[in-house]
Amino acid sequence: MYVAVKGGERAIDNAHRLLAHARRGDPAVPEVAPAQIREQLTLAVDRVMTEGSLYDRDLAAIAIKQARGDLVEAAFLVRAFRSTLPRFGASEPVDTAAMQVARRVSATFKDIPGGQVLGPTFDYTHRLVDFLLEAGADVPEPARAPADETAMPRVTDLLGHDDLIERNPPGDPDAPVPDLTREPLDLPAGRDLRLQNLARGDEGFILALGYSTQRGFGRTHPFAGEIRLGEVEVELFSEDLGFAVPLGDITVTECQMVNQFKGSATEPPRFTRGYGLAFGHCERKTMGMALVDRALRAGELGEEVKAPAQDEEFVLMHSDNVQATGFVEHLKLPHYVDFQAELGLIREIAGRQAGDEPLKEAAE
Amino acid sequence: MATVARATVGELAALDAMAGDRAEMLRAPEIGLVMVRGRIGGDGAPFNLGEATVTRAAVALPDGVIGFGHVMGRDKDKARLSALADALWQAPATRDAVEALLAPVRARIAAETTLKRERAAATRVDFFTMVRGDN
Amino acid sequence: MALARAFADPVHDAQQTFRAVMNALARPGTLQPVAGLTGAPAPLSPVAAAVAVALADYETPLWLDGRLAAAPDVAAWLAFHTGARIGAAPSQAAFALVADAGILPDLAGFAQGTDVYPDRSTTLIVQVAELGPIASAAMRVRLAGPGISGHATLAVSCLPADIADRLAANHALFPRGVDLVLAGPEGVAALPRTTRVTLVEA
Repeated sequence: MYVAVKGGERAIDNAHRLLAHARRGDPAVPEVAPAQIREQLTLAVDRVMTEGSLYDRDLAAIAIKQARGDLVEAAFLVRAFRSTLPRFGASEPVDTAAMQVARRVSATFKDIPGGQVLGPTFDYTHRLVDFLLEAGADVPEPARAPADETAMPRVTDLLGHDDLIERNPPGDPDAPVPDLTREPLDLPAGRDLRLQNLARGDEGFILALGYSTQRGFGRTHPFAGEIRLGEVEVELFSEDLGFAVPLGDITVTECQMVNQFKGSATEPPRFTRGYGLAFGHCERKTMGMALVDRALRAGELGEEVKAPAQDEEFVLMHSDNVQATGFVEHLKLPHYVDFQAELGLIREIAGRQAGDEPLKEAAE
Repeated sequence: MATVARATVGELAALDAMAGDRAEMLRAPEIGLVMVRGRIGGDGAPFNLGEATVTRAAVALPDGVIGFGHVMGRDKDKARLSALADALWQAPATRDAVEALLAPVRARIAAETTLKRERAAATRVDFFTMVRGDN
Repeated sequence: MALARAFADPVHDAQQTFRAVMNALARPGTLQPVAGLTGAPAPLSPVAAAVAVALADYETPLWLDGRLAAAPDVAAWLAFHTGARIGAAPSQAAFALVADAGILPDLAGFAQGTDVYPDRSTTLIVQVAELGPIASAAMRVRLAGPGISGHATLAVSCLPADIADRLAANHALFPRGVDLVLAGPEGVAALPRTTRVTLVEA
């Protein structure tokens, strides 16, 4: 039996009005402006840009406001917005070696060309709530020091000179770069597709998977070779002009994980790599991403695939929080008919087991 | 173009007066996406990182010069002004004026870059070794 | 390089053209008016140009037939206004523009789609000099199939004499196969892969 039901239109309209009211909160408190979110909740903006897979600080700020601070909902809004826009092209790959570095640390070498630059970091803070922020206070000017012109080569490049670390796959310059926003994800996926998936994946999910590898579920023996944060230039190859045009700068975070590798039948013992890259300042995300990237290479490197983080299908099919939230939250929607059918079945079975007549169906 | 891409609308606004009514909008400002790519491990094969909003426009001058503007973000005015800058820079009669307009923008960008570098440099770690005594 | 403008009102003009093409495909054989782009460089017809600009973009490779490919202005204009990659192999093309309908290439050479993704096939935009329900054109075809009540008749010029056989072979591939959008001087009519086409003897 199928019963079509209608109704709830007014209830829905009123629920949306109530939502707008709840979003505003106490009207005696000044309303927050997207520019304030953009400037003062920058890490939330960065996360929404990364998981919404769209670099646009102003848009992410509005989405955070609209979503009442629910960052998964905000990423959903950003994804919906991007689906309305035409694509003009793909950028030249950004060059992270040429980054205007704001932060750069290595856990593998103390003395690296260009040095260890802490930048704006929570590291070394005491995690004591700062009640001065309650009232708001002027912040002192940041300190300045002479900036030398020393280049900041990637730390992994230093190891690469001695062949102590595997080289990155060069790729085929003529092959198209697979894009999971255009072609449905097909398994097994190449490392390029896996990195795209992880880059837009949920930070919590990626973090937990990365953590699981450290606790022994697919150990990768990682060292944080380098984490760098800063601005890189984006260039678009213009078909109109026949050359690449600069579009401006974006901030990205990059994590190079260096992993111990004891070698295999075909590979000598040397260090291997895991890689993480994200929009904005998303350090935890890129570290988790690099751990999971390396774990997913287990098959390629001849390691036994037995842990969740090494299972390509498990990781790639569950990393996207917009997909995940859609499927989990759809359970809220009416399933009256499905449930009625199950209910009827259970009653019938229960009735038979009791040796009774099947119970009468409840009134609809 | 790198300077124009980093300029503000205010810094480019004078281009309108420079163009007068000679510029024809060949392609109205349009908001779209560019897929930003990275490389595996920083220097390996490319992969798709995520998209960025980009606005583009094209204008034509009477002598057939076409100017293109591509800027990050969703500011249609900035895309239009960028296209105008490109067209007027290509026209010999206005190139010097465009360069004069962009000179302070270049200086502003350079100063900001230096400031960022100096602030970062102040957070550079100076390691010192705790020397163990001989005895 | 002097480039003529395309749509004066990009969003609404493109939407109207899209709607005309959609209706033409939904009701095969009907003529759906399309306002042509008079600035399109010859031999690209104004109506075919409007359809191409409305449908093609950066992600839809375009194939041009010999006559269009011989006119560099056409490729430059289309590249500017659509952003599409011009000169794709027929088997890779999302859209194919044909100015010389009389020597229509082998339909099997274009992307045919797959049984799983039949949409990954080429849509041919074919310029014809005459198109309409009752024009005194050289050829009249009788159409039947989805979107047509009973049958429809379409008068069209320029198509090769064996078009019915070629479209029958295309029809037999369903759900794979190509779709044809005929661009006449006033508008478009479509011959999708679902339509059965027979020649009407004069």
